[in-house]
Amino acid sequence: MTPVALSPADLAVAAMLVVASAALSLVLSLGVHRPLLVSAGRLVIQLVLVGLVLRVIFASASMWVTFGVIAIMLAAASREMGARSPRRLKGLWHLGIGTLSILGATLPVALIVLLTALKPTPWYDARHAIPLVGIILGTVMNGGSLALNTILSSVARDRLAIEARLALGATRQEAFRPILRQAVRTGVTPTVNQMAAAGIITLPGIMTGQVLAGMDPLDAARYQILLLLVLSTAGFLGAVIASYAALHRLTDHRHRLRLDALV
Amino acid sequence: MPRQEGLIVQNMGSAVRGPFSVSFDLGSCAVLQGPSGVGKSLFLRMIADLDPNTGTVTLDGTDRTAMPAPMWRRLVTYVAAESGWWAETVAEHMRDVAAARALMPDLGLDPDLLDAPVARLSTGERQRSALVRAVVGRPRFLLLDEPTSALDAASRDRVETMLGGLKSTGLGFVIVSHDSKQAERLGDRHFVMAQDNLTEILS
Repeated sequence: MTPVALSPADLAVAAMLVVASAALSLVLSLGVHRPLLVSAGRLVIQLVLVGLVLRVIFASASMWVTFGVIAIMLAAASREMGARSPRRLKGLWHLGIGTLSILGATLPVALIVLLTALKPTPWYDARHAIPLVGIILGTVMNGGSLALNTILSSVARDRLAIEARLALGATRQEAFRPILRQAVRTGVTPTVNQMAAAGIITLPGIMTGQVLAGMDPLDAARYQILLLLVLSTAGFLGAVIASYAALHRLTDHRHRLRLDALV
Repeated sequence: MPRQEGLIVQNMGSAVRGPFSVSFDLGSCAVLQGPSGVGKSLFLRMIADLDPNTGTVTLDGTDRTAMPAPMWRRLVTYVAAESGWWAETVAEHMRDVAAARALMPDLGLDPDLLDAPVARLSTGERQRSALVRAVVGRPRFLLLDEPTSALDAASRDRVETMLGGLKSTGLGFVIVSHDSKQAERLGDRHFVMAQDNLTEILS
């Protein structure tokens, strides 16, 4: 496989499209020109930097550098997971639940894929481990934060219903079941949609990239299948861990609703 | 040690209210009155262990901490002034649908309401259904927070009659009411609550 390299001039054309979109937003006073340009700028800077950094890391082939980079990625994702919540949990719990979901869902899934399907030598080979952790992390963060946001925004609104059940002798798990179901369902919706639509409505990103870069379509499809299967598992795990951890924090051992855990 | 019958509250308090010590009898109705915001609802919620609190509460000599909180709340059930609903139809909220069907006419509720979506019920129908929901769980004690606040006089009388019937079967009641006449009609004992004490009014 010989990857097709893109020149900066090729990218400039795509960049002009974004600038044109921003201009259109300005003309129609839709107010999205700033976020469009700022986030496009961020995207370029971030990805170019990542490309440069990965080049150095792959060249170094050091276990410690690889693990260090993965640790930084995990930490950033943990912080990001609860960053845009409608309500926050008091103290370190908000960050704690983010960290727990990110680690609990990402690490097992990434290890299984590295040790069974990809089997690079060594197993922590940076070229495999870092992109794999990265893509799993993104899905876990999405699933986990959607689930967490659902719980945090519903719990205060559904207080009367939850407390009515508790008062009638329901356990906290029973009283929270509708919210938990809703949260996990919301959390897995993106990956479920992605799997259902893959190949029919959209050609998934990885496969598109590999085919454009010259890989055989069926080989690219196999990679995409592997990734979507493990991503759906990771997204589900992230949503489940975040939901149950939030339930645990929003109730206590006497099965009381503790809205005082919210800021 | 003799078995202590009834609901015994000892030194029960939260960070901002109490401590309260009082005992309530089974087959009897205690009415609790006092100015708004003084903590009458909180008092009932603490007995049901729905809000964090200290002190001991026992029912017929058994401490609530000796059992899981959900089991305690099945015995000592709190009914909030504003009812909450979690499922589509009324029937889905009833632990015993047959018992609910039998009880509803006593409160002037059409049993067909069981199959209706909760959203279609009037405020008064919801308040009475919430009472039915608690009664069919077969508690020993009911803690009722303004149980007739949304009812017209006829429905209120039906509720009071039903409560009287349940009392004669041995159920105990603690009722918070703003209505002094209702307090006179229902109450075997009368209490007035202030910030950090509960005074029994002896007639």
